[in-house]
Amino acid sequence: MRPEEGVLTSRSRAIGAVLALLTDELVVVCNGFPSREAYALRDRPENFYMIGSMGVAAAIGLGLALAQPRRRVVVFDGDGNVLMGLGTLATVGALKPKNFVHIVYDNEVYGSTGNQPTISQTVRLEQMAKTAGYRNVERVRELDDLVYEAKTMLKEEGPSFLLVKVSELAEDVGRVEIEPAAMTTRFRAAAMGGTPT
Amino acid sequence: MPIPAKDFVGLLQEAGFDFFTGVPDSMLGGVIATLIERRVYVPAAREDEAAGMAAGAFMGGKTPVVLMQNSGLGTSLNTLISLNLIYLQPCLLLISWRGQGGKDAPEHLVMGQVMRELLDLVRIPHRTLGVETLREDVGWAAQVFMTRRIPAALLITKGVLS
Repeated sequence: MRPEEGVLTSRSRAIGAVLALLTDELVVVCNGFPSREAYALRDRPENFYMIGSMGVAAAIGLGLALAQPRRRVVVFDGDGNVLMGLGTLATVGALKPKNFVHIVYDNEVYGSTGNQPTISQTVRLEQMAKTAGYRNVERVRELDDLVYEAKTMLKEEGPSFLLVKVSELAEDVGRVEIEPAAMTTRFRAAAMGGTPT
Repeated sequence: MPIPAKDFVGLLQEAGFDFFTGVPDSMLGGVIATLIERRVYVPAAREDEAAGMAAGAFMGGKTPVVLMQNSGLGTSLNTLISLNLIYLQPCLLLISWRGQGGKDAPEHLVMGQVMRELLDLVRIPHRTLGVETLREDVGWAAQVFMTRRIPAALLITKGVLS
């Protein structure tokens, strides 16, 4: 719990709470611990885990949301990732895909490289999303609030942006055990309704 | 005689390409104007974002194209090699060849000189689009897309497209 007062929930608990709400939503998870934790908590064919290309999780989700306008697309992002791809906030805000939900687990550090600080302690990422044109924007610190807002955003017209302040704790979880090419095949089949071509 | 941009876009659409994103270059102006007119162009803020969008669109069932100036190849290189290439998420890269033959503004000269070697180095197959070989070149790109499932680049030189 670096930045704000009080005890923050861990990212793993926050990710688990959102995963528990999902049915057939397509989820793109950014590289680093968020992918590893999501994989360990609740792997599903509708989850796509990144291992590289830091900063483009939201771009992948956006391309997917445009290609599959009838499916709800959820991006699990981190503060370092969002800062690296800030332009995508603007692209999403301009295109306004209704089926796009952007959830940012903000621990204010680069967790995979040794907890070096990001600048999200002072830069309000959710305000940047609001200014960029996201329809619904919320910032939460409590697990109850997270569940309430996530439930709402999974139903309402997007694009939506949910900033979740989490602690630096990273769970002791292994790497994602799915090869990248197999990952694409599995996820593409799920995204296309089980009929890959 | 340069090929009208409309004809080239028509060829791409005939070949099955149906999702277009990227960042503009003056040499791609006609192509992008045609794509906007046909309401199939999604503007990106950066080329790595465009490559990411292409990956997402592919997994959503689309056949994507990413347009960029070759400076954008530098910007998007990590995404291309740590996402599109290893995850087998193909896209057609339409890259304008700025700095070709050393005749361009200074900022284009290094990339203009090394672009093809750079593509070879990161194992992205490429061809230079020719007026005479247009149909064949697009067919080659579609073939790489379908069979190898990796990004393939068509390099656009001055005077080929109007």
